[in-house]
Amino acid sequence: MELIKDGKRLDGRKPDELRPIKIEAGPLHRADGSCYLEWGGNKIIAAVYGPKEAIPRHIQNPTRAVINAKYNMASFSVGDRKRPGPDRRSREISKITSEALENVILTEMFPRAMIDVNIEVLDADAGTRCAGITAAAVALADAGIPMEDIPVACAAGKVGDTVVLDLMGEEDQEGQADVPLAIAPRTENILLLQMDGHLTVEEFDRALELAMNGCQQIATMQREALMKKYQSFEED
Amino acid sequence: MNISSIKKDYLYRLAKQGKRPDGRATSEYRPITIERGVVNMAEGSAMVSIGNTTVLAGIKMDLGEPYPDTPNKGALSTAAELIPLASPDFESGPPRENAIELARVVDRGIRESGTINLEELCIEPGEKVWVVFIDIHILDYDGNLFDACSLAASAALLDAQIPNERFEMGENRPLPVQDPPISCTFVKYNGTIVVDPSLEEDEVAEARYTVAVDKNGDIRAMQKGLSGSFTVDEIRQSIATARQMAPTIRKILEG
Repeated sequence: MELIKDGKRLDGRKPDELRPIKIEAGPLHRADGSCYLEWGGNKIIAAVYGPKEAIPRHIQNPTRAVINAKYNMASFSVGDRKRPGPDRRSREISKITSEALENVILTEMFPRAMIDVNIEVLDADAGTRCAGITAAAVALADAGIPMEDIPVACAAGKVGDTVVLDLMGEEDQEGQADVPLAIAPRTENILLLQMDGHLTVEEFDRALELAMNGCQQIATMQREALMKKYQSFEED
Repeated sequence: MNISSIKKDYLYRLAKQGKRPDGRATSEYRPITIERGVVNMAEGSAMVSIGNTTVLAGIKMDLGEPYPDTPNKGALSTAAELIPLASPDFESGPPRENAIELARVVDRGIRESGTINLEELCIEPGEKVWVVFIDIHILDYDGNLFDACSLAASAALLDAQIPNERFEMGENRPLPVQDPPISCTFVKYNGTIVVDPSLEEDEVAEARYTVAVDKNGDIRAMQKGLSGSFTVDEIRQSIATARQMAPTIRKILEG
């Protein structure tokens, strides 16, 4: 399959272009904070519960809150049905997501507490871990959890010998490299970074630059989504 | 699930006056919305809301062996996931008994009403058939999961295509589905019976009754749940209410 033709990608995007993104803050009524995110063919919903007493008690930390992010894929979100429940991949993503979010949350304000962040992938089209973190960040802000910054994530990669931003399904499967990145957009500190495939050092620099840039664009959309929700409150 | 005794008293007192916390009449259903085809990756899908309760059902299909006792029929498997996203009371992990009962009641309504023509899903008798997986995710829990899940499963089935292309077996075609059941759930607390319980009503419920009726108004599945009891008259009255409501709900489902 030819992934890049005349400088355009399969869906007509330029190498440095994001897929369409739609963010909605607070769609769930039961959760303390929530977010619905559409990103290309991805559909993600994130919900935050807490801070609340950490249970079981042995996970409590006397000096700060524990962040418990859980990434889960719906069995119908992928080509062949996925068996329900966590597998090794989703456990890993849950762990690195928890760690990325923990970095910006002012956890020391809530000793012995726990903040649950549930990320549910309803429809998957590559880049779900980045989409999950981006949605979780909006849900945390919607829940009023104090944070130094609203984290944001986006991937870059290499397809058809070109470094590109935000891989879609076919590019992810046929591509040469994938670099998911999460940052705190204010400082551009890196909260999550993974890579698989094959890149030269120069290509990696370009991928990082693209992903950073993508993150900043999405950070603006996150803020707009939050503003939109709280603006509508004001009008009511 | 625990509910404070003060809230319980409040609901009991309202019930005595024939009132409900959200102002509905005892036989009044909340607004229903159905959005079909929301998941691209699924063979069929539907997001259903009843009031604030929101569930998402997705259909996946795979090739498998038939059950030995039905060698010329496709197979059906239904699962519900009470994911922790939907409520502070739901925990992650394998399905507990509540989720299993929920999925089995939904499955029973669909199976017993012959909604899916399983014979048409046989490829080689005794060897190869289509297996239909209905997976239902609870996204927002505000009561009455039985009806929400049943509606979502039926709507997703109506939306589904057999994925022949993915298995290189020709062109996709619609899943053979007709006349899904309409499920109607009632709960009883302090002597009052209400249809379509909200979360608070689910929490104080002493007994629960679900009945699935077909398009002729005949009964295709039932489930009585929880530790309380119903009188025969109460069951008859509930069936009558369900039969009255079903055509309106069916219109929304098939809409």
